[in-house]
Formats: sequence, structure tokens, C-alpha cells
Amino acid sequence: MASIARNVLMLAAALAAAALSAPAAAQNEQFIPILSYRTGPYAVNGAPYANGVVDYYNLINERDGGINGVKILTEECETGYATDKGVECYERLKSKGPTGAAFINPLSTGITFALTEKTATDKIPIITMGYGRADSKNGAVFAYNFPLLGTYWSAADLAIQQIAKELGGFDKLKGRKISLLYHDSPYGKEPIPMLQVLAQKYGFEFTPIPVTHPGVEQKSQWLAIRQNRPDYVLVWGWGVMNSTAIKEAAAVAYPRDKMIGVWWSGAEPDVTPAGDQATGYKALMLQHGAGKFPVHADIEKYIYAKGKGSTEPGKIDEVLYNRGMVNAMLGVEAIRKAQEKFGKKPLTGEQVRWGLENLILTDARIKELGFEGMLKPVSISCSDHEGARYGRVQQWNGKAWKVISDWSTADESLIEPLVADVSAKYAAEKKIKPRDCAKET
Amino acid sequence: MIALGQFLEVLIGGLMSGVLYSLVALGFVLIFKASGVFNYAQGAMVLLAGLALVRALDLLVANGLPLWVAVVLAIGFAAVIMAATAWLIERFVIGPLVNQDGLTLFMSTIGVTFVIEGAAEMIFGSDVYPLRLFPTDAWFLFEGLFPGGILVNKLDVWGALIAGVLVAGLAVFFQRTKTGRALRAVADDHLAAHSVGIPISWIWFVVWLVAGLVALVAATVWGTKLGVQFSITFLALKALPVLIIGGLTSIPGAIVGGLIVGAGEKLAEVYLGPSIGGGIEYWFAYVLALAVLMLRPQGLFGERIIERV
Amino acid sequence: MLYREAGQFKATYAEDMAIFPIRQDRIALAVLLGIAFIGVPLLASFRIWPFRTDYLLWAILLPFLILALAAVGTNILVGYCGQISLGSGAFMAIGAYSAYKLATGVHIPLAWLGFAIAIPPLPVLASILLGGLMAACAGILFGIPSLRIKGLYLAVATLAAQFFFDWAFLRLPWFTNYAPSGSVNAPELDFFGMIVRTPVERYLLCLLFVTVMAVLAKNLVRGNLGRQWMAIRDMDIAAELIGIRPLYAKLTAFAVSSFIIGVAGALWAFVYLGSWEPLAFSIDRSLELLFMVIIGGLGSIMGSFIGAAFILIMPIMLNVIPTELGLPLSTQTITHLQFIIFGSLICYLLIKEPHGFARLISIGKEKLRLWPFPY
Repeated sequence: MASIARNVLMLAAALAAAALSAPAAAQNEQFIPILSYRTGPYAVNGAPYANGVVDYYNLINERDGGINGVKILTEECETGYATDKGVECYERLKSKGPTGAAFINPLSTGITFALTEKTATDKIPIITMGYGRADSKNGAVFAYNFPLLGTYWSAADLAIQQIAKELGGFDKLKGRKISLLYHDSPYGKEPIPMLQVLAQKYGFEFTPIPVTHPGVEQKSQWLAIRQNRPDYVLVWGWGVMNSTAIKEAAAVAYPRDKMIGVWWSGAEPDVTPAGDQATGYKALMLQHGAGKFPVHADIEKYIYAKGKGSTEPGKIDEVLYNRGMVNAMLGVEAIRKAQEKFGKKPLTGEQVRWGLENLILTDARIKELGFEGMLKPVSISCSDHEGARYGRVQQWNGKAWKVISDWSTADESLIEPLVADVSAKYAAEKKIKPRDCAKET
Repeated sequence: MIALGQFLEVLIGGLMSGVLYSLVALGFVLIFKASGVFNYAQGAMVLLAGLALVRALDLLVANGLPLWVAVVLAIGFAAVIMAATAWLIERFVIGPLVNQDGLTLFMSTIGVTFVIEGAAEMIFGSDVYPLRLFPTDAWFLFEGLFPGGILVNKLDVWGALIAGVLVAGLAVFFQRTKTGRALRAVADDHLAAHSVGIPISWIWFVVWLVAGLVALVAATVWGTKLGVQFSITFLALKALPVLIIGGLTSIPGAIVGGLIVGAGEKLAEVYLGPSIGGGIEYWFAYVLALAVLMLRPQGLFGERIIERV
Repeated sequence: MLYREAGQFKATYAEDMAIFPIRQDRIALAVLLGIAFIGVPLLASFRIWPFRTDYLLWAILLPFLILALAAVGTNILVGYCGQISLGSGAFMAIGAYSAYKLATGVHIPLAWLGFAIAIPPLPVLASILLGGLMAACAGILFGIPSLRIKGLYLAVATLAAQFFFDWAFLRLPWFTNYAPSGSVNAPELDFFGMIVRTPVERYLLCLLFVTVMAVLAKNLVRGNLGRQWMAIRDMDIAAELIGIRPLYAKLTAFAVSSFIIGVAGALWAFVYLGSWEPLAFSIDRSLELLFMVIIGGLGSIMGSFIGAAFILIMPIMLNVIPTELGLPLSTQTITHLQFIIFGSLICYLLIKEPHGFARLISIGKEKLRLWPFPY
């Protein structure tokens, strides 16, 4: 009894000390929060991504001394891919640093949904590169959401394009059976409306098959697939669900090269646990793939040679690590763009939002940044918060991911009406008056 | 004929995956039987055993040992880890909590779950580690009789064999060995057992050790199936209805419960699922357990609960 | 000397049976309520330490209040009536989704009868309370097995409710108004023309709900019904023999408990999350609530609040302290340590004081009565 009281007192004292000794923030620093998950069921995919993000920010500080002399200050917060923890992390970090968070990147569609309204109120952009709400492409309604480089609706269209190419034309899709094996969460459900539109247009039979979080048990789903024999299975999984899907597919002898994963189902941790069984499995690429590019030389020279890396040097060419870097780079470039207008000092979230909305990366600039070969040009505007809709397809050959297709572009004529429709509904529900993009500068 | 073939395939697949749940449920039963503790940490123990096994195995193979030597050594290492865990749990949690009610003990094992999950990931890493001890491809039986044949996964067959051996071994251990008899005595009435000179804390250590070893066996099968990773802890929730249906105190019950749950949920998912939205195996086993409990409150094979005022 | 009831005479039975018979308790409660209702909003509106940012209000106090309310509900069932439930998360979900459906308008087409049941969108307050009522109905339904199943078996049986409703809200699109992603948005919080938006307003709204319901619960458990529940908890067969109907007692406990949990669920969704998916009410939430009542103290309303505070705040503190102190630990290590320390703390508390913080407080009160003398 007495010992409990003493312990509680000591804890309180420690807490008070911590609260009082909060480090005084340096003035010329731009604060960027990092929401990551390095523990729990999705750590396998969350950790390499977070490593890429952290290393790139460090690179900017070590190599360039910050963004035009403004150092990047980061703090990581573990969300465990849980929505409530993500919200807590956001609240904890949003007003740190001299000017508050520059932007936030939760790496979870669930957290994105929960934060969409909050970030708009707090005026902090939420960057959801390759995930998040597909309708938030419409910047007129979703002023603070940036689903850069590709939404799930773009992904759905790209996947169907690939299937059409393999079959020999869009007319060959008629009467085919395509199943979607998806993680039963907002993330996995997001592509369904687009696939329904596509199924209607091209006349294929579309079957969604849910897999319950975390996806360790998929036997009945695959027995159903074995009986139904779809021509293609799209995989919209995350974490253990991906490798389990490949193993179960092998167990029911479903051909792996008829499976196409979304870009979150196409990294090393998704295929290596399945061993040889994963050979032939295909996945979309969020433009970039695995492998080293010019920027990696700098990462090795400025970060890993000095022993400041956040992972093993052998793992800096993985798909998710590269994606983390691309994501961090886009954020940094947005800040740089905003500095052109607002001055070379720490900026607020609102100012960074302007930078994001006016961000244009040409081929030349991408080359300068060392990302040549990873990215196509990006051009973000008020009406288009996605910025680019390119994709490629890669295939696992048992040892590495190999790019097997050319660049293709998602068909905007199909996606745009759906975006307009769904975002208009959201605007009506939330009483948001859409901005007039023609008047934005 | 196709329909019959498909039905048999789902049924067999379900029965087999039910046995895999039983492997996890067995650990629960052992501990509940001997100490009245409803051990939520069993899933975390499977994770710990699996991580210890696969990390040791990878290290030994990387140092050039032949595979079978490495496997034996790694299993030994994992067993030592499980023994240490059993000792720590008995010494610091279950021992001091003797005579508390079931709910307090249950909650304390959730506390233990947090500790094991944190420690296992901290020591052995939180990546996914492939384990390949058993074949994972499939047989296609009766291809002449049914088009496409009936699919039977080899790993499932291995799992069933291992579960059979395990249950037989446990039965012998409980019925024939001195420690086994002492275990049963403690399970019956630990005060009476104590007064005739059975060392209670030693017996509890043994029970937790055996449960740890059962977790290790489960980890070899499930690790081969999924790769050793954090998600293995979710198996605990899959095993709960199995043990409720079988009865919390019955070892054969765990196997029969597993068969019922496995076959039931797979058939329900494949045949009922599509018409009401899919994913029903998520709750089907629990509703089945609830139905069984309404008929027999102690489960199918559980000891009758006698209440006295 | 400070905490002594000598000289407080009770002249009527009513005084003797008051909720807080001791004057010092009443003063302490009044001070606490004064701080909560006046102090905190004042400090927060002027952004005085520790309310310089919204963090404390948004991420600590708001979830604390709502989860404490849910813990009070859980405690009625588990602590007062002795029926272990692992389905609290599901009842929160029922409250949340029912309130959502009612606030956005219900439309049930009955094609075979040739007409449809249509309820126009209800005001938010009515939706929240009716959401609680729906949870109460579900609670009664899933409470029926408790007449036959006991103890840990019952706990696993209530998991059926947990998993079934998780699934239903995830897979049946009617509940989410056919939202493509399955994630739904709360309606605007309009209370008789006053729109609740800022954190302070949200905090006050929750505080009001929590205070009213906690007082009602406190009142209920000391009355006839509460005594019936406790008799059932202490020994159900004996209770039956002295004329308490187990059916009535157990089902009322399920109903009252689920109502409170349902209202808490609706508040959690509408006021705290704003946009949610079924994962917000998963099995983890149920276990968390059970922890709150056990660590706080079974059969104590006060304990529910302390338990909620402990279970909610401790992990966050364990996570924040190393960063604030500038310890050179990776996020990963901090999280692992947080798990290990939190788990150990729970075991430690259960071993040292199985009856929870409420017991510690009553021991403390006893000591205060004698202070400064040792006996």
C-alpha cells in the first residue's frame, strides 16, 4: 500500500519534471510530424516506409543544411495502425515546433478518414500518397487532402487496363470474371465503386471478397475462388494478408500470375514469406519500384556512411523504403515551393498547403533531386490534388521485382464523374462550399 | 458430382484447419485444468515460441550448421525460452495471485500478454520471418471421381498428425506419470493436494511449461503457414470458441471442438456467406459456441459444474 | 483531523441514506465539479497552462470522460451484478450506429408489405438517447444466456455479441447508409439551436452527460435494484432463495449497463471521433473497458473514473515521457517498453490490490479518519 503511494508520487514528480523541462524550440526549424507503425500486426510494412521517410529528412538536414537553411525537426509517434491512437498522435504533434506541423502523413486510410475534418479546421495539409479517400482528389471540396500520385480509383482503373492488355484488348474483358480480395476496412473498400463502374462499362463479372482484419485466415475465401474460378484476382491487402493470400493461392493452385496486387500489396515483405510460391505474382507500382537510384548514393554517403541510418544498409532499395523517400521528398518540395512565396522561414500548415497546391515537378527537377526513373512529372493544382496518375506493373521472379509493363495512365473520363459525384455529396453533408478553382492562384 | 466434390473439399479443409485451432486451444485447456486460469496469453506464447525458434534457426543455419542439427538446437533453445517464461509467470504473477477469483486471474494474463508481446518483439524483432519445416503444397485426391479432384493441403495433414501425437502424448503424461497424476490432483483441489505434500508451485511451473511447449508445437505449424510474425497472436481469439465448445477442461474436447468449429465455419462461409454479405466465419464460431453453451453450460466434454450454497 | 465525521448528526432517515452522507465528501465533490465545470473551460478558453494547446482537452479529457462513462456502464454489469461481459465494445457500437441512423433518418423498405417504415432525421440529443435505448434492447437480448451460463463461460458467450455486431456494422451497408468506404461521418452536433464545435464545447457537453448519468447510476446502485444486483453477484442461488428474481435482476443489469455504454458509444462517435468505422469498437475496446473497471475497482462508480484515467493515460505517459526527457530511444523501443511496463504495472496492481483503486481510496479514507494518530 505505502509502496504504491510512493511509486505514484515518484511518477508524478517525474511527469512534472518532464512537463517543466520541455525543450525550448529553436526558431529556424520546420516541424514535420511522422506518424508511423513499427509494432503490431502491420509493422512488417510500416517500418520500412517510416525508415525511408526518416532517412530522407535527415538527408536534407545533413546534405543541404535543411530546406533553404530551415532545418527539419521531426518527431515520430507510433500509431500501431489504430485509428484512435493516430488521432491522439495527431493532436499531440500538430502544434509542436515554431509554426506547428507542416503537414501530416498518417499512412492509414482509416486515420485519414478520421482526420479529414480535423485537419481542415486546423489548417494542416494531410498528404496521403497512394492511399486515403479517392474523392479527396477534388481540391475544391477537400482543400487540405492531397492523395498524391494515385488514388485507389486510379489504381483500380490501372489494374483493369493491365488485365485488358494481357487479354488482348478491352473488348476481351466482356464476360470475364474478376474478383477483388480486399482487406475489410475503408482501405479495402475504397476501390469497389470504381470497379463496379468499370465492370458495367466493360461487361466483366465483378465479385468482391472480404477478408477480415488482420487476414491470417483465408482458407474459405480461396476455396470459394477455386470453385468460382475467376480469370483474375485483384489483391487489396496490407500486412500479413498479402503473403497469406499468395500462400493460400498456391495451396489451391490458383496461378500466381493471374493475381494483381495494388501498390500496397507489392513489396518485399508481401512475397518473401511465401518463398517460391510467390513467383509470378504481379503488383501495380506507385510509379517507382525497388532498386537504387541516384538519390540512394547521397543517402549512403550522408546517412549510412556516418552510421545515422534507421535501418540496415542492405534494405535501402526496398519498395516501401523508396516509397517513404518519395513521400518525404514531395513534402519537402512543397515546403520549398511555399518558401518562394512566403519567405525562407518556418511556415505554417496553411502556407505549406499553398506550396502543395502549386507544386510542379518537371523531369529536369526530378533528375536534379536524384529521383530520375522513379517518378514521372507531377503537377498539382486546386482541382487536381492527385498530381499524376501513372502506373506500371511489376512481377516477382522469385528473387526480385521486375518491371514488366510500360507506363500507363488512369482513364480520367471514368474517374472524374465519380469523384465529382462523391465529393459533392460530402460537401453537402458537411456544408462545405466548394472553392472556385478558376480563381485560385 | 461437382457439387459433392466441392462440398467434401470444403468439409475436409474445414476439419483440417479446425485441428490447427485445436493446437492453440490445447494450451488453454492445460492451464485451465490445472490452475483455473483462463490464459489469454496463449496466443502471445505461440508468438514468443515461434520467434525464438525461427531466429535461432536462421542464426544457426547462417553459421553453416546442417539443417537438422540447427532445427534440433533451435527447438531446444525455444524450449528453454518457454521454460524461462513459465518460471517467470509462475513466480511473479500466478503464484502471488493464488486464491484470487477467475476474472482477476484472466485479467492478469492479459497483462502478461502485453509483456510477452513487447518483450518478444524487442528481443527477436518485429519483422516477418519465414519458417519452412513442413511442405505447404497440396494433394488433389480422387481426380478421377471429381473434376479437379479434392484439394487437401499437406501442411494441414501434418498439423493433424502432430495434434494427434500431441494429444496421445498428453494423455499418457496425465494418466501414467507421477507428475501427471500430481497435476490432476492439483487441478481437483489444490489445497488438498498441497496438504498431502504435492509441491504446488512446482506443479504450476510444469503446467505452464507444458503449455509453453504446446505453444512451441503450434508455432512450428502456424509459423510454416503464416510466417512467424505478430499476427500469430490473433490465434488466441480463434481458439476461444473451440475450447468453449469442447469444454474448458477436456483435452479431447479441444480436438472435437476444433473439428466442429473448423468444419462449421468453412461450410457456413462458403455456402451461407455469399447470400448475407460474406465474412461470416468471423462470428460464426462464437454463435455456435453460444448455442452449445445454452444446451450444455459446461461445453460438450467439460466437467459438470456443481454449485453448492 | 480534516476528514472526521464526528459532530455530523443525522436527524432523519433521508439524511442517513443520502448519496454522500459525509460532509467532507460533499465538499470534495463540489470542488471537483467546480474545477471540471468552471475551472477547466476558463483555463482552456484563455489558453493558460496546461491548456496552451488543444491536446489535453481533445486527446485526454474528452476520451477520458466518454470512456469513464462506458466504464460506469460496464461496472454496473460486471462489478455490481457480477456478470462478466466482453461485449461492451459491441454495445458502444450499437449506440453509435443507432444514433447515426436515427440522426440521418431511417428508411426500412418493406417491399412485400407494400410500404416502408420511414423515420425523419431526429435531433442529435434524441438520437443519442435512443441509441442508448437500442443498445439496452440488444443488451437484454444478449443477456438472456446469462440465466444459464456463468462466469468465464459467459464472458466468452458475450464475445459472440462483440464479433457479430463488428461484422454487422462492417458488412451490412444499410447501417452505414451505403457509404462506399464503410466509414461514416457524424452529423452536426446541434442541441436546440446551439451548435457544438470547439473542443471546450465538446468537453462541456460530455461532462454534462457523464455527470448526470454517473449520479443516476450512483443513485440506482444504492436502491432496491442495486441491492438485487449485488445479491445476485454475491451468491445467485442464495439470492434466488430469499426471493430475488434472477431473470429480472440480471436483465435489468444488462439493460441499464448497455444503455449507459450505448450513450457513451454514441458520444464517442459523434463528439470525439466525428468519423468512424467498426474497428473503433473492436474487442480491444471491450478488454480496455474491463480493465478500467477491474483496475478501478469492481462495484465502485468512483473507481470507474480512476480506472478509466489510469488505463487511458498511463500508456500515453509511458510513450511521451522518454521523448520529453530526450532519452535516445527509437520509437520502436519506446513502444515495446510501453507494452512491457504497462503489462507489468497491471499485474503488479492486480497482485498488490486485487480490489482496485477504489479499495485504496477507502483504505486511505480510513487512515485519514485516524490521522495523525496511527490507530
